[in-house]
Amino acid sequence: MGWCWLGIIILLMNNSFSQHQLSNGLLVHLKEIHTAPLVSHWVWYRVGSRNEVPGKTGISHWVEHMQFKGTPAYPSGVLDKAISRYGGVWNAFTYLDWTAYFETMPADHIHLAMELEASRMHESLFDPLEVESERTVILSEREGNENIPIFRLDEAVQRAAFDSHPYQHEVIGETADLHSISRDDLYQHYRTYYSPANAVLCMAGDFQTDEMLKTLEQLYAGISVKPASPGTASQEGIIPDRRRVEVNGPGETAFVRLAYRAPQADHPDFFAFTILDSLLAGPSSLNLFGGGGISNKTSRLYQAVVEREFAVGVSGSLQPTIDPYLYEITATVHPKRTSEEVLAAVDQELERIRQDLIIPDEVARAAKQARAQFVFGSENITNQAFWLGYAEMFAHYDWFEQYVDRLSAVTPEEVLRVAQIWLQPDHRVEGIYIPENGGQSL
Amino acid sequence: MPGPHDITRTTLPNGITLLCRPNFSSPSVYLTGYLAAGSIQDPPQKLGLANFTARSLMRGTQKRSFQQIYQELETIGASMGFDANVHTSSFSARALSEDLPLILDLLSQALRFPLFPEEHILKVRAQLLTGLAMRAQDTAEMASLEFDRLLFPNHPYGRPEDGFPESVGSIQAGELAAFHGNYYKPNGMVLVIVGGIAAEAALDMVAAQFSDWQPDLHPETFDAPPVLPPDKPARSHITIPGMSQTDLVMGALGPARTSPDYIPAALGNNILGQFGMMGRIGDVVREKAGLAYYASTSLNAWMHVGSWEVSAGVNPQNLQKAIDLIISEISRFVQEPVSADELSDSQSNFIGRLPLQMESNGGVGNALVNIERFNLGLDYYQQYANRVMTVSTDDVLNTARRYLNPDALIVTSAGVME
Repeated sequence: MGWCWLGIIILLMNNSFSQHQLSNGLLVHLKEIHTAPLVSHWVWYRVGSRNEVPGKTGISHWVEHMQFKGTPAYPSGVLDKAISRYGGVWNAFTYLDWTAYFETMPADHIHLAMELEASRMHESLFDPLEVESERTVILSEREGNENIPIFRLDEAVQRAAFDSHPYQHEVIGETADLHSISRDDLYQHYRTYYSPANAVLCMAGDFQTDEMLKTLEQLYAGISVKPASPGTASQEGIIPDRRRVEVNGPGETAFVRLAYRAPQADHPDFFAFTILDSLLAGPSSLNLFGGGGISNKTSRLYQAVVEREFAVGVSGSLQPTIDPYLYEITATVHPKRTSEEVLAAVDQELERIRQDLIIPDEVARAAKQARAQFVFGSENITNQAFWLGYAEMFAHYDWFEQYVDRLSAVTPEEVLRVAQIWLQPDHRVEGIYIPENGGQSL
Repeated sequence: MPGPHDITRTTLPNGITLLCRPNFSSPSVYLTGYLAAGSIQDPPQKLGLANFTARSLMRGTQKRSFQQIYQELETIGASMGFDANVHTSSFSARALSEDLPLILDLLSQALRFPLFPEEHILKVRAQLLTGLAMRAQDTAEMASLEFDRLLFPNHPYGRPEDGFPESVGSIQAGELAAFHGNYYKPNGMVLVIVGGIAAEAALDMVAAQFSDWQPDLHPETFDAPPVLPPDKPARSHITIPGMSQTDLVMGALGPARTSPDYIPAALGNNILGQFGMMGRIGDVVREKAGLAYYASTSLNAWMHVGSWEVSAGVNPQNLQKAIDLIISEISRFVQEPVSADELSDSQSNFIGRLPLQMESNGGVGNALVNIERFNLGLDYYQQYANRVMTVSTDDVLNTARRYLNPDALIVTSAGVME
């Protein structure tokens, strides 16, 4: 390769994939894919609800909204039109540990996304009028969430599952905080966490790596170096006792959610836990942008609670996170059953997986499912670029690269041990959504 | 773009049309299609029958039990599902290319030889009824149902394909089998296969599974009555207590997908409520007034007619304010032409986004279904840019005037009324 100049460290070159670090600390992951004239461009920041303090919950998500409100070079309302004009799509997400922005564009217009992201990394306006207008938009977003029973249950369970860790709050924030957060609070949060050294930039698609690197170096060279922001949270271990939360709300349908502490993404138990989740509640996928999922009708919990008509649906959720988060099992209660009956049926199945070794074929099956999911997801360039940065937010890119191999390497003994350590009935939150018009008695 | 050069279209003697478009860049296949069995065939007291039937097809077939079907499917990481709408029952599946023969076998069994086992039908019914109970609490869904009811009175488009609790609760296994026997026929069935398989090989596999399926020689025809545009405004609210947000749907009839009005209306719709951050309406309701997290428009074009809708979620206190803002935007939209820049932006958007829509096998598969369903021609996407570019600002204005009458809008909402 003919490109190697002062200021860029090449961390890794692997066929079409390469990792680099600019002199201001910005990590860059590039992957050339020439199947369609498209490029997907992502900037990830290491900031999410994990970095929020009491009284300011929801601030990371609100900053994300303000990032669409203009910079001196790209005033509000100009960029969305420019991206649409060329047939691009863009969006952003705020989660527990990270905030991410993406644009997927025809390759010949990707420079627009690159210039925009460089600009809003350091010179967003945070116009006070726009802040006020966005306050009501976010309150409206929260109100829309509150209409959904599972959101209400989720909020109560999350709060009960942590004593002090910021993961106890919904990413969207508490309503009272959304009323009181000021423009200065938002701007300070932005200035603290938005910097090259706290970000990872990823691109996948139809481009030449050396050309892209030159452009990125030009775009980001002028952005001052700031130290990466330290993490603020202290980790919480296994939930110390059995906790119960009940949420009353409209509707006829009851829901049950069990939450256990789960290991963080770089914990040695994480991949065995992923297999455990797959056996219990069906495989999950990392295809956020097309590629579909696999049904879970042969999973143990589906067989135990849906096929036996305790529930009409069941799912599991294990999230890769920086600090220990939660493993959650959620069931929609059958109209003729009670929440207590569902809990008992789930518990019976969990007891079984804590007692008996699974067979190696079950691990091989889960690994094959994961492999197939990656094949389907790889048809979408936006998934490909998403995968380049996602794992950096809670571990390292290796975590993603080794995902299928590490799943394949899990042993039945590890799955048993993980079930015994992490899924203890006396160390969990039991959340029940009690519908006001439901026929069930608890 | 897919076109006659790489789409192979074949019709089997029994009436099944197969469209294939190979793509060997990934070792996977996407399969989709439909047959002519929809809620239009549901008896009124059994509304939801077509949907219930579609959702029960994989509960056991002559060759495999429910457990065996999902054991095979999930073990290979594949997925398959069935659904019904007004005119058709549709299916889609995704698998590794090497598993296509198995997928076609599962599909053929589900479409041709389902058993509707009694114990499974009870389970599916409970799941559907729970879904309907949750629907009754969903403010966006309920506002939309009410909108359809008022816009399409006494018409299949005005009735929900998933039925009502009373109708679904009364449907028995025997009725599913009868519906299946009467309407699941190869005539008019369309099957699309996109991905890592050559067209000839796909045709052989499809023929092996489906060619002995006998067509219905005297199929019943189901024509929907004509729909007249509303001549006066209508306002309806569904109260759902305890909700933080009220959802709003308002609008009028839109063109059929086959109408020459479709592309001018689609461009106009993009300007009115999609382009950028949800077009003019998003700009006024969300960006300027801060009234809603979402406020956008959609053009839903079906076989005979369509709907042109605005939807938004707002705080109950802001409901009337949002309605007034939207009506004034619609009024402006039918009074004066959009600017040349607005039109050229949307034209550029429509053309520029095609590669993204066609990047995956799923995107191409759905495009091929549209080509066949609405008889658009195999070269539709190759001619698309020309069709889009010939639309003028006058075309957009005249089309908008044909459909959107600000004095006769249907306005529905669901949630708490302040």
